[in-house]
Amino acid sequence: MIPSIPQPRFYKGLYTAYVAVFFVYLAAPLIVVGVFAFNDSQFPSMPWNGATLKWFFGDTRPAIGIFNDRQLLRSIGTSGFVAIWVTALAVFVGTCNAFLFERTHFPGKNLLYVVALSPLVIPGVILGISILVFSNAIANNVEETFGWDLAFLRPGLFLVIIGQFAFVTTITTLVISARLRKFDFSLEEAALNLGATRAAAIRTITIPFLKPALIGASIIAFLMSFENFNTTLMLVGSDAPLTITMFDRLKQGSTPALNALSLMLMVVSGALALLAVFAQRGGQGDKT
Amino acid sequence: MTAASSTGQGNGVRLGVVLLATPLLLWLLVLVILPHVDLLLVSLRERIAFRQYEFSFANYIAFFVEPLYWNTYVRTAVMSIMATVLTLIIGFPVSYYIAKIMRGRGKNVLFMMCLIPFWVSELVRTFGWMILLRESGVISSFLQWAGLVDGPVEMLYNDVTIMVGLVYTSMLFMVVPLVSVLDSLDDSLIEAGYDLGGNAFTVTRDIVIPHAMPGIASGCIVVFMLTLGNYLTPNLLGGKDSLWFTEQIYTQFITRFNWESGSAFGFLLLVLSSLIVWIGLKLSRQTLADTVR
Repeated sequence: MIPSIPQPRFYKGLYTAYVAVFFVYLAAPLIVVGVFAFNDSQFPSMPWNGATLKWFFGDTRPAIGIFNDRQLLRSIGTSGFVAIWVTALAVFVGTCNAFLFERTHFPGKNLLYVVALSPLVIPGVILGISILVFSNAIANNVEETFGWDLAFLRPGLFLVIIGQFAFVTTITTLVISARLRKFDFSLEEAALNLGATRAAAIRTITIPFLKPALIGASIIAFLMSFENFNTTLMLVGSDAPLTITMFDRLKQGSTPALNALSLMLMVVSGALALLAVFAQRGGQGDKT
Repeated sequence: MTAASSTGQGNGVRLGVVLLATPLLLWLLVLVILPHVDLLLVSLRERIAFRQYEFSFANYIAFFVEPLYWNTYVRTAVMSIMATVLTLIIGFPVSYYIAKIMRGRGKNVLFMMCLIPFWVSELVRTFGWMILLRESGVISSFLQWAGLVDGPVEMLYNDVTIMVGLVYTSMLFMVVPLVSVLDSLDDSLIEAGYDLGGNAFTVTRDIVIPHAMPGIASGCIVVFMLTLGNYLTPNLLGGKDSLWFTEQIYTQFITRFNWESGSAFGFLLLVLSSLIVWIGLKLSRQTLADTVR
């Protein structure tokens, strides 16, 4: 079953056909989402009524295109705001964690590492409700004791940011640690021998080396936050991020404007994902 | 280096460790450990009056007494296991094809083609399946056009559709570990198997699968966990009757505002997920740290 072992033509053909069918299965839903963005019909379904761009640029009811849909545009803004905060926090803490786990030794490190990985095995819905319950308990206690109403601890964007940060940080920690593990420590020592302070050595030698991983981790964190649904669902308040708005519209049944939006998301996230892969691959290339 | 400066540096290093550890400890304590402890505590209390609670197992007893909750729980677990097995069976030949049969550039392109769809939001992927499978959808229209059926066929809102969606959503997490583990299998081992009189079946059983075991284990663990905790796919593709356990949790929390019962359900789901992950790790003799490498 490898090229060097001769196999009957029939089996080879069958195998290739199977793989081809698999890729059709992978691509089919994405292709139909994209194609139906251009359907001149009220619903994202058959029949095909000819091509139109009104689901992108339309400005009259009932055909409101995505670029004229206030609610959608606002929720994109909300998602972007959340994602930027999550990315900044998760990359910062992830970098600290990477240095801690790769560079230092202290008792209990392995246990701490396992706990740091645990958000990966906690279902997103449960992470959401546990943070909801806990923050609500704090808010209630503060209100009873001091009479202060801490509104940011009630469902809303602050909790969404905190909830997403809680698991995205594990991912950024893993990505940045993997790169730091490959760092040749003698480069930093050379800088120290040449009279650099430790801070200067880290800033001028180690951080530039980590740059591909930092860029990669930022893109991954941004996408994970932007596309998160489960944790966000439990923590969301009145400002709905994009995934929540899209979900509500999907449940109600929507116009092909949703396809147009999905197509834009596919293009942007696909491009960002490729960028993340190349940023990290470029990093792996220059280590040799 | 003098003793003074070495202790000085020791203090500096120790201070550095403390500084580095602060964000980590805050993150884990405030956002992961304490909320889950609180979740457990809330699930173990019963409301007796406004803002008055007492310790009780009532929420857990309600779960075991009410058949709907219990059935949904078992159903979610069984369907998640089925989805994991199906993902493995469908994904394994593809991973093998990418890792062992393709060469050079084509291999990278094929692997990237596997990855790209999964950078797209799960919402968009599920939406795609809805357009394909609904009554006025692409497949239904195609079947009518081909003359295979007389009227529109509704393919949404049943268990098979949920399964199709779950397998689709999980595929990446199976293919990536499988490709990387199969990549490390030396071709000469397979050739040796054939030289010694093996055929495709015995070589797969005795050489390929034992070698791929770590990848199979980590793929299955991740897929199972994600499927169990999934909300979107069963909800959108399964409709009202999808009976997924995460929906029960959502209902208790948001619709019925019964946080005590919702917390108990959340904890039960967490226990189930951790238990299966732990069994999977034990059976494959791996640790969580190996799985993420």
